Amino acid sequence: MADLTDAQKQAYWRYNITLTTILLIIWFVVTYLVSGLWAGWLNQFSFLGFPLGYYMAAQGSLAIFVIEIAVYAYLMNKLDLKYGIREEG
Amino acid sequence: MSLAKIFGFYTIGFLGVTILIGIAEIFFGLPNAWIGWIFMGLSLGIYIVIGIITRTSNPDQYYVAGRGVPPVFNGMATGSDWMSAASFISMAGALSAQGFAGLAYVMGWTGGYLLLAVFLGPYLRQFGAYTIPDFLGARYGGNFARVIGVIAAIACSFTYLIAQVTGVGLIVSRFIGLDFNIGVFVGLVGVLFCSVLGGMKSVTWTQVAQYIILIVSYLVPVVYLSFQLFSIPVPELVYGRVLQANNTKAIEITRDAKEKETRALWKKEADEANAKIKAGGLDDAEVEKLRATARIATQQATAPAASDDATVGRYLTVPTGVGMWNFLALTFCLMVGTAGLPHILTRYYTTPSVKAARTSVAWSLFFIFLLYFTAPAYAAFARFVIYARLVGTQIAELPRWITLWAPAGLFEVVDKNRDGIVQWADFVVKSTDFVVLSMPEVAGLPFVITGLVMAGGLAAALSTADGLLLTIANAFSHDLYYNVLDPKASLTKRLTITKVLLVVTALVAAWVATFRVAIIVELVAWAFSLAGASFFPALVMGIWWRRANKAGACVGMIVGLAITAYYMIGSRFFGVSWFGTATIASAVFGLPAGFLTIWLVSLLTEAPPKQVQDLVASVRYPKTGQAVTGDPLGRDLPAGAH
Repeated sequence: MADLTDAQKQAYWRYNITLTTILLIIWFVVTYLVSGLWAGWLNQFSFLGFPLGYYMAAQGSLAIFVIEIAVYAYLMNKLDLKYGIREEG
Repeated sequence: MSLAKIFGFYTIGFLGVTILIGIAEIFFGLPNAWIGWIFMGLSLGIYIVIGIITRTSNPDQYYVAGRGVPPVFNGMATGSDWMSAASFISMAGALSAQGFAGLAYVMGWTGGYLLLAVFLGPYLRQFGAYTIPDFLGARYGGNFARVIGVIAAIACSFTYLIAQVTGVGLIVSRFIGLDFNIGVFVGLVGVLFCSVLGGMKSVTWTQVAQYIILIVSYLVPVVYLSFQLFSIPVPELVYGRVLQANNTKAIEITRDAKEKETRALWKKEADEANAKIKAGGLDDAEVEKLRATARIATQQATAPAASDDATVGRYLTVPTGVGMWNFLALTFCLMVGTAGLPHILTRYYTTPSVKAARTSVAWSLFFIFLLYFTAPAYAAFARFVIYARLVGTQIAELPRWITLWAPAGLFEVVDKNRDGIVQWADFVVKSTDFVVLSMPEVAGLPFVITGLVMAGGLAAALSTADGLLLTIANAFSHDLYYNVLDPKASLTKRLTITKVLLVVTALVAAWVATFRVAIIVELVAWAFSLAGASFFPALVMGIWWRRANKAGACVGMIVGLAITAYYMIGSRFFGVSWFGTATIASAVFGLPAGFLTIWLVSLLTEAPPKQVQDLVASVRYPKTGQAVTGDPLGRDLPAGAH
């Protein structure tokens, strides 16, 4: 990391914070609103034969979590490459 | 040979043996008891062989598997480290009984990995220590924080370990017919062989092998049942229809005259038992017996749908008010607990790089997802099959799986109104564990699949026990003995002490398990709140906030633990209630208190030394060009860290 300037470090960290915040907002909405507080209301809609609220709590939220972490790993690893961070180990 | 090839051959080999046993059963009448023995012997044998092959005395190998576990394999190892006997055997059944409210577990135990991925995993890897108390000791300068970490790690892990050992005993006794106590010790052999011989290295590769058995055996029965009923082998796609059918049936059952009659009889039995308890003059044993009778009778007297004309049955009803608060609070506690359990966090020390740690969390959740995505479908199918193939049949002609599993005592069929026909209210469930355990027979599969499920349950319990045992033994030997009591201890001495402690911890856990204390299952649920309230704030603040200092972290961990423990014990035993919150969701108070305390106390006291602040800053950027293997404690840690 010796080869990163302070400005680069700041930019790197800002990207990380932005990405993390976006992912956490999605996480919060999916878990506590869509699969929680709004689930009763969403149950009037149907998806694949499921009441939508139930579907989101039982299946949809899980799939979204998997995708979120995969996106995080992909984007952060790409960011490391962009800043020339290559770990040897 | 590459790892992928080795485990590919292993999977094919395992499936091949399963098919061979199946052929032997169908064509040569191999007895069920033999099948049970073969599956247990075979799987334990595999774990022992892996333990012997991967034995090691190198500390880097022993504590963190040489930091050489590729992300995909670390993902599998984390999957089986994570999924315990409870996930494998009990979750589908609990979902089948609880409906919507039970989904808190499914979401909590998966969503926690996102917190782990963005807040902790990669940063802990970049920091590079051996244990979680190691991190606390180095970041918060000294042994005080380390010792609190050790206490919290042991508090969360030990009850959890006892539950796994109990699970092993139950599985072995149920399928093989060995005595429970002997079953416990047979299982321990499998656990000890790998953890003692090769520490984290052996445990990692054993857990990978265990994951493969676990996932195959979980999916086979439910995929088969889905294919049998709908000709589509993807249960997740079709169970929406199953849910709707279940709802319709639930309302039918609620309205049915015969069912009403049966429920009234149960209600009468419950009332009579309660009246007798009220009348008094009985000894404790009799009262206990009457209470049990009343509980079962009340359960049976409850209709499956909320009312006669409810359009949606209780099964899918979303809770409101206090019910919704508890649903959200429990989901939250399970999530932060997941991200704070030390035996899971240490798994991310074993990857070769920070990048690999990130990818590895993604793989972990994917492998866990495969099981959790299926569990709600499992639950719906179980209910469907009971509605369709049991309710309305003649008492004299019960399905085969009922007669086969009745002796295990998981359920009972009682003809309450003596009309010779099974009503829904006649089916008395004593343990919802029957859902996963008896599914192969329910689907009409041969006994070999039941043996496979047994091997899967055993793998789930053993793999989690492995990880926990190692965490506890390392907390004692590496953190307490080596770092606090005798920092000059030689390598041989340290490893010897770890190995002795592994055996002692395992024996103590087995010994405690033989008492069959009922509260253990409940204590496991508490472990999540304890881990969430103690580790999560201190770790997150330690990584994300330079200014967090020793005083803040120590007081914060103690406050978090104390408030959580106070509410747990208070609400469970002494009727304390804050907003009607359930006991298992206690961290919902302890965790914010922990964060707040760390923040306040840190600001009120001196900033941490510059060295520590630089360390926190350096953890943000993965290192370039520096070898990340080697003893991480020999690196530029602040003086007095160990």
